[in-house]
Amino acid sequence: MTPSLSHGSQHRWLLSALTLAIVLLSLAPSLRLLIEALSDLAQGAEAPLWRVLQSTATWRALSHSLYTSTLGMLIALALGSLFAFIITLTDVRGKAALVFCFMLPMMIPPQVTALAWLQLFGPASPLLKSLGLAPPLGSPQPLYSAEGIALLLGIQSAPLVFLGLRTSLLSLPRELVEAARISGARQSQVWRHVILPVTRSGLVAGGAMAFISSLGNFGIPAMLGIPAGYYVLPTLIYQRMASFGTHVLAEMASLSLLIGVLALAGVALQQRWMGRSRYGLVGHSGRAHDFALGRYRGLATALLVALLSIILVAPLAALATSSLVPAMGVPLSAESATLGAYAEVIGRQGATWRAMRNSLWLAGGAALVLMLCCLPLAYRLQRLPPRLQSVTLSAIELPYALPGVVLAVACILLFVRPLPLIEVTLYGTLGLIFIAYLARFLVVCLKPVAASLAQLDPSLEEAAQLAGAGPWRRLITIALPLVAPALFAGGLLVFLLAVNELTVSALLWSAGNETLGVLIFNLDEGGESVLAAAVSMLVVGLVAALMLSLSLLAPRLPKGVVPWQD
Amino acid sequence: MAGLTIERVTKHFGDHAAVDAMSLAIEPGEFVALLGPSGCGKTTMLRMLAGFEAVSQGEIHLGDTLLASATQHTPPEARNMAMVFQSYALWPHMSVADNVGYPLKLRQIRGADYQRRVAQALDLVALGPYAARTPQDLSGGQRQRVALARCLVTDPAVVLLDEPLANLDRHLRASMEHGFADFHRRTGATMVYVTHDQHEAMALADRIAVMRAGRLVQWATPETLYRRPRTPWVASFIGQGSQLMLGAGAPGQHVASTTLMQGLHAPEHQRTHTVLVRPEHVYIHANAPTSQDLTARVERQTFRGERFEVHLRLPDGVALMAYHPEALHEGQQVGLTLTEGWGLEADT
Repeated sequence: MTPSLSHGSQHRWLLSALTLAIVLLSLAPSLRLLIEALSDLAQGAEAPLWRVLQSTATWRALSHSLYTSTLGMLIALALGSLFAFIITLTDVRGKAALVFCFMLPMMIPPQVTALAWLQLFGPASPLLKSLGLAPPLGSPQPLYSAEGIALLLGIQSAPLVFLGLRTSLLSLPRELVEAARISGARQSQVWRHVILPVTRSGLVAGGAMAFISSLGNFGIPAMLGIPAGYYVLPTLIYQRMASFGTHVLAEMASLSLLIGVLALAGVALQQRWMGRSRYGLVGHSGRAHDFALGRYRGLATALLVALLSIILVAPLAALATSSLVPAMGVPLSAESATLGAYAEVIGRQGATWRAMRNSLWLAGGAALVLMLCCLPLAYRLQRLPPRLQSVTLSAIELPYALPGVVLAVACILLFVRPLPLIEVTLYGTLGLIFIAYLARFLVVCLKPVAASLAQLDPSLEEAAQLAGAGPWRRLITIALPLVAPALFAGGLLVFLLAVNELTVSALLWSAGNETLGVLIFNLDEGGESVLAAAVSMLVVGLVAALMLSLSLLAPRLPKGVVPWQD
Repeated sequence: MAGLTIERVTKHFGDHAAVDAMSLAIEPGEFVALLGPSGCGKTTMLRMLAGFEAVSQGEIHLGDTLLASATQHTPPEARNMAMVFQSYALWPHMSVADNVGYPLKLRQIRGADYQRRVAQALDLVALGPYAARTPQDLSGGQRQRVALARCLVTDPAVVLLDEPLANLDRHLRASMEHGFADFHRRTGATMVYVTHDQHEAMALADRIAVMRAGRLVQWATPETLYRRPRTPWVASFIGQGSQLMLGAGAPGQHVASTTLMQGLHAPEHQRTHTVLVRPEHVYIHANAPTSQDLTARVERQTFRGERFEVHLRLPDGVALMAYHPEALHEGQQVGLTLTEGWGLEADT
């Protein structure tokens, strides 16, 4: 064998080993969960799975989950498709700003959304008090209800519908619309006869994503449901774990399996639907269709702005108001306004700094490690046969597709005992959260890198090879510089998601190991709404800043990497 | 059926004039080609005719009706036109019959009348048996014919065709060319056909509008364009030939053989006239080069089946193209007779 060949096969072997290791690590938690849930089935009626299936609490939580997620999906479909159709198809004003603002709720962590809305309604709302509109003391908080949960789930997942439909609309060839126009169809007829049927797959996909994401959401039903005693599956698991600790792990594994199966069934259904209604579309696409709104243009713009004010501006204003008052129930005025809460959380509360530090370390570390892994992984994946490639991708996507609670329970199961050989216990340390984050967000970092790598002309590398560059040198000097923006964007997206993560860390945190997400949740649960609001405002500022920096990167990235940019 | 009048139509995209003061008078039932290299504005002109783009200046009339001006814009759906797109633009969620019948539905034509007209249109393009298929099941040529049937089902005043053969292979193209010509004869519709392929335009059109950089360069029948091109650019864009600088030959006039031969020998400073000589007007005397007035050297030749294409070089370095039935040697000296030429205007 020639030296260059053996060099090449060593490189291949190393990359394959890395890929295999990553796939196994991605699958390990789910497999462990499956084993735990299905073991002891021989015990018959006493097996944990049967006990869970016979419990009325399980079925009640399941029906609550299905009700809130379905209602949330319908709200998301209405909001998302309205925005997608108007922004993508018409000549409405200020499209870029509208898209950015509409996407913001998806990026704001759910517990902050819930907190903001809680500050907007109810008798203690500082905003309503300041405006003199507050209902009398003792009136109920309308959001502590199934419909309140569904409304917020809908708003949070509406951007998913928007994205799915918008992608479909943008790939709709212009000629299909023009052919209908010249056949004599008016704008409304074109919409009904051509656009809606052809983009149905995008709408269905978006709806399914909204449903799955609502099903796995923890922050919103935790903040709105637990005070009212209204439990959905993720909050039921959380509450049981909080009360009984690791003794109920086997039952929790069975419950997790139940949500996991539901979520994966949703994914499978979505994929089938997409496959069935996907057409090979030919023609020039990628350009928005400029339907002239004529005299309705101002009206349409006003409608979208009004909706955004309700779903985004009003709750954030309420949150800001709450963070500036000395105590809940005090109206905001020139005299009462104080930055005391900010001073308290930043200056005196040790927990805030600790949580901030923990979250920044976790998110930054996860982003960095994943950025390091993703290029070699994407590089190897690209060279796999298509079938093997899709199987590998599914394995990597699994920890992200499963609801966060499921992953958390699986990680506890996997690490609750000391690791063999080195005798180190990860349970109860930041290390466990870190590993869970790595598994969960790998696919978030991988997708942009893989997309960017797929866009590269293979001849670029072949030319380097002919010039005498070995495989490692090609990877470092050719592939890396060309996909660097995508790699950076992937890392930034991971950071953005991880720094606010609540669902996984809610189950995995322990004293001294709080994350920002857990901190807000705990402050609110402990009645410190003003402090929670102040921390939340800081978090919203952080999210907006990260989103803006991603927007600045967007021109150098492949299409679709930054979700809110064309 | 009505004629189409384009009066000084201009289209600006920002500062750039994609179409610049274009005027054409298209007769009812005429088959017209808009021909030019890519980026010349021909597609923009077609889209203004269809109503997909607004007109910046000028007017478009269909018969006596004003369709578009700087202040007025009839939307595409109200123009009673039809269009064949380069990508065919068949709706993937409708069957072949539904695609063809869609314009009828929009005109509130239902029931037996609808069925009859759809069947008629499909029979016209020989796709009757395919009515229930979806467009995805059809080949490129069949899709093209569905698009054509959809165009004719409503008897539109004007049919617009945007490079309809660009996506087909060479053999299919030739047969579709016949199809279009046949079609035009049977329906008698006014047709405007956009293409960058001169052979397509020459084969199909009654008249051709040659465009360059947004401007109309020449508007004439295919034969006129070939025999009497207006400018050097048109002469080089359409057909083959050589442009010689001569001491004689007025623009827009035939140049006789003797004038040509004399003009070639005029002193350098007097050679100010550009004259087009098509290869079929260059006669090669392969065997007796020295007895002739004009000699040339064979630079290279290409075998074209029925004849050789011969590239010649005159003693003063000017290149000339000719046809010859037999092979010559490279470097061989031959004698030439130029039988006729055509005087060109300067390019604008």
